[in-house]
Amino acid sequence: MTTKTATLSSTSHQALTEPKAVRWLLTGLALAFLVLFLVVPLAAVFVQALEKGLDAYWAAIIEPDALAAIRLTLIVAGISVPLNLVFGISAAWAITKFKFRGKAFLITLIDLPFSVSPVISGLIYVLLFGLQGWLGPWLSAHDIRLIFAVPGIVLVTIFVTFPFVARQLIPLMQAQGVEEEEAAMVLGASGWQIFFRVTMPNVIWGVLYGVILCNARAMGEFGAVSVVSGHIRGLTNTLPLHVEILYNEYNFVAAFAVATLLALLAILTLVAKALLEKKVRH
Amino acid sequence: MGIQIQNISKKFGTYTALDQIDLTVPSGELVALLGPSGSGKTTLLRIIAGLETPDTGSIHFNGEVATQRHVRDRRVGFVFQHYALFQHMTVFDNIAFGMTVKPKAERPDKKHIRKRVNELLLLIQLDNMADRFPSQLSGGQRQRVALARALATEPKVLLLDEPFGALDAKVRLELRRWLRKLHDEIHVTSVFVTHDQEEALEVADRVVVMNQAKIEQIGTPEEVYDHPATPFVFNFLGHVNLFHCRESDDDQAVAIACLNGIDTGTVGYVRPSDICIRRNAEAADDIAAEVIFIQGAGALPHIELRRLDNGETVHAELPRDQYRQLGLKTGEQVFVHPTNVRVFAPNYQI
Amino acid sequence: MSIFFKQRSVLPGFGLTMGFTILYLSLIVLIPLSGLLFKTATLSWEDFWGAVASARVLASFRLTFGCALLAAMINGVFGLMVAWVLVRYRLPGKRVIDALVDLPFALPTAVAGITLAGLYAGNGWIGQYLEPLGIKIAYTPLGIIVAMTFIGLPFVVRTVQPVLEDMEKEQEEAAACLGANRWQTFVRVIFPAITPALLTGFALAYARAIGEYGSVIFIAGNMPMVSEITPLLIITKLEQYDYAGATAIATVMLVFSFLILLTINLIQWWSRRHAER
Repeated sequence: MTTKTATLSSTSHQALTEPKAVRWLLTGLALAFLVLFLVVPLAAVFVQALEKGLDAYWAAIIEPDALAAIRLTLIVAGISVPLNLVFGISAAWAITKFKFRGKAFLITLIDLPFSVSPVISGLIYVLLFGLQGWLGPWLSAHDIRLIFAVPGIVLVTIFVTFPFVARQLIPLMQAQGVEEEEAAMVLGASGWQIFFRVTMPNVIWGVLYGVILCNARAMGEFGAVSVVSGHIRGLTNTLPLHVEILYNEYNFVAAFAVATLLALLAILTLVAKALLEKKVRH
Repeated sequence: MGIQIQNISKKFGTYTALDQIDLTVPSGELVALLGPSGSGKTTLLRIIAGLETPDTGSIHFNGEVATQRHVRDRRVGFVFQHYALFQHMTVFDNIAFGMTVKPKAERPDKKHIRKRVNELLLLIQLDNMADRFPSQLSGGQRQRVALARALATEPKVLLLDEPFGALDAKVRLELRRWLRKLHDEIHVTSVFVTHDQEEALEVADRVVVMNQAKIEQIGTPEEVYDHPATPFVFNFLGHVNLFHCRESDDDQAVAIACLNGIDTGTVGYVRPSDICIRRNAEAADDIAAEVIFIQGAGALPHIELRRLDNGETVHAELPRDQYRQLGLKTGEQVFVHPTNVRVFAPNYQI
Repeated sequence: MSIFFKQRSVLPGFGLTMGFTILYLSLIVLIPLSGLLFKTATLSWEDFWGAVASARVLASFRLTFGCALLAAMINGVFGLMVAWVLVRYRLPGKRVIDALVDLPFALPTAVAGITLAGLYAGNGWIGQYLEPLGIKIAYTPLGIIVAMTFIGLPFVVRTVQPVLEDMEKEQEEAAACLGANRWQTFVRVIFPAITPALLTGFALAYARAIGEYGSVIFIAGNMPMVSEITPLLIITKLEQYDYAGATAIATVMLVFSFLILLTINLIQWWSRRHAER
C-alpha cells in the first residue's frame, strides 16, 4: 500500500513540475539576481565601513555630529510613528467595523502618500510653510520656523509613513469581521472594553508589523527630509542626511560606518517582519 | 420573560428583510424561527437582540418597550452561528467575559466568577477543558462554550442563530437533544433560528415558519406539520406530491376530483407517506402508474412512479413491511391512491 | 462627514474614529497636496509650459520615465522568476531568502545609493570587471536603471507570490490530464491567472522608480541633459528659489503617478470582476 501511494505521488509530481534542467536554470537565475542586487550591496556596506579598521569605524559613529543625527532620527521616529499608529487604528476601526458609502475612495486617499515621490512630499510642505509659501509670511511674522527645522522634518516623515499602519490593519480587521465585537457587546462590554479586550488582542501582531515597517521608513527617509531639512549639521541632520554629507565630502569610511547603523536597522526590521509574518498569518 | 414583537419591518437598501412582523414568544418557551435563507429569520433574531435596528415597529420584553434599549442593556444571551468565541481567550475567560466587563459596582468578585464558570463548565460537560483555547476544541465543544458564555450572565432571553448549522450530522443530533434537555432544566425564554425543518420540529415548543420577510404560520410542531396553513409550509416541512384538481363544492369532492387529473388551477398536496400503492384498482379514483425507481434502503423505502395518464412523477414512501409484502419491481404497472389530500385556494403559489 | 452615509450599527466609536481619520487625513495629506495644485493654478499657461517644456526638463522626463520603465521590466521578468522559485521549489535557506527580498523596502535609500555607487564605480567590486569591457554603469543612465531595479525589486515578487501560493493545484493537474505539457500549462493556465498580479507589481515598481530620489542620485552622475532625473531637477529649482518651476514639474509627475495609481486600481477591479464570474 505504501509503495503504491509513493509511486503515485511521484508520477503526479513529475507531471506537475518542470524538467530538472529548467528547475536548476530558474533557481540559478533567480538566486544570481538576488545575490547581485541584495546580498552584495548589503555585504558591501559593512566591508567598506570596516576598511580602515574598527577604530576608524567607531570614531565615525561617536563623533558629535553623528550622535546628534542619531538623536534627531530617534526623535523624529518617536513622534511620527505613534501619531500614525493612532491614526491607523482609528481609520481601521471606522472603515472595517461600519458600512458607509465612499469607503473605497477613503482607502485610496489614505494610500495616496505612497504614490507621491518623496521629493514632492517635501515640496508640498515647503510650498505651505516655506518663506515664500502660503503660510510663510504669517509664520515668520510670529517667529515660527517649520521648514529647515525639526518640525518640518517631523511633518514630512509623518506624510511619507502615513499609510503604513492603516494599510496593515484594514485587511486584517476586515477579515476578522464584527462577530466577536457583537458577542462582547451582547455580553455587556463597553466600547473601550470591546476595543482593548477583544479587538486589540486579535490584531496586536498586525499592529506591531505595521509599526515596524512605519518605523523603518521613518528612520530611513531621505528624499522628503532632504528637501525640508536645510542640512544644518548637528541640528537638522537625520542619519540618512548625515550619510549623504559624509559621502559628498569623500569621507567614505565614515559615511559607510554611519550607513551600517541604518543597514542594521534594516536587517532587524526584516527579521522582526519575518517573525511577525508567521503570527499574523496564524 | 416573554417577548412581544409588533409590526416590525426592516429594509436593507431596496431589499425587504422583514415586512410587518407580529409575534409573541411566551415566557419560558423554546421557539424556532424556521425558514429558507433570505426569509428574514436571522434579521428578526438580531433585532430582538438589539444588534440591528428595525425601521418600524417595537419590541417589548414583558410588556416593557425595549426597542430603544441598547444591546448592552437588554440582558439577552446570543449564540452566534459561527460561535464568535474570543480566539485569544481560554474557554474559562470566554465564559467569564460577560461577568468581568460589568461595571465595578455590579461585578461579582473573582471567587464568585470562578464558581459560576465552573458550574457552567460542568453543565456543558467540558469541566476539564477550562484552559484550552477555542482553536483546540471540536465544533460541538465550541458550540457548547458559546452557549455557556451566553448563559453566564443569567440572561432573561436566550437567542441562538443557526446553533447547529456548522456541525456534522451526528454531533448535530446529539447537541440538539442536549439543548432540549437543557431548556427543560433552566426554562429560559429561547428563540433559535434554523433552516432545518427536522431540527425545528424536534427541539421547539413552537415553530414560526417564515418566508420572504413574512410569517407563514405559527404553531406547535404537530400543528405545522399536520395542518400546514399554506402551500409553502406544506412544501417546506417535508416532500410533497402535487395533484392538479378540478374545482368542486366540498373538500371531499375535490379530493376525489384530483384523481381524474383535469387541470383547473387548483392544486392538491399529498405527502409521499400518504400515497397508497396497490396492485389492483380498488376505487374509482385510483391512478394507474409505472414504477420507475426504487430506493429500498432506510427506514421508509422510497418509490418513484410515473402516472400513465399525464406522465407526472409521484413519490411514495411505504412502511418497510408493506414494501416487502408488495415486492415491487421497476417497470411494473400499479395503482396509486392519494389519501389526506390538502387543497389551498388557487391564488397560492409555492 | 455628511458625504459618508453610514448604515446604523450597534458598535460604538464611528463618530470619533471617522472624525479623527478625516481630520488627520486632511491636515497631513489633503490640504498640503491641494496646496501644490493651487500653486499650479496660479501659474499662467506660458509660465507652466515654459517650466515644463524646456529642453532640460524634457530630457529629465525622458530619462526618468525611460529608465523606470526598463527597470520595471527587468523586475517583471526576474521578480516573476524569484516568486516562482520561492513558491514552487524546495530550497535550503528559503525563509532567509524570502525575508531578504524586502531589503529594498527596509534599507534607507541613501544607504542603497552610496553602496550601489561604490559597487559599480570603475574601482568598485563589480565595476572593475565591467570597465575593461567598455561598460560604464556608475554615473551613466545604466546606473540609474540599476538603482531603480534595486528599489523596485520587492514589488513584483510580493504581488505575484501570494497568487501563486493560492493557486489551486487542481487546475494544473487538470491541464496535465488533458495532455498539456508543462510549457503549455504555464502559458495557457498559470500565466493568465497571475497576469493581473504581475501587471500590478510592474505598475507599482514603475511608479516607485519614477519618484525615487535617494538611491538614484549617488549613482546617476547628475549631468544635466544626460543623467539628471526629474526629482533632482525639482530640488535644483527649489534651491534656486524657482518655486513656480519646481511646482510645475512636480504637478506633471504627480498627475502621472495618479494615472498609474488609477491603472493599478483598474487592473485590480478588472481581475476581481473576472474572478467572480
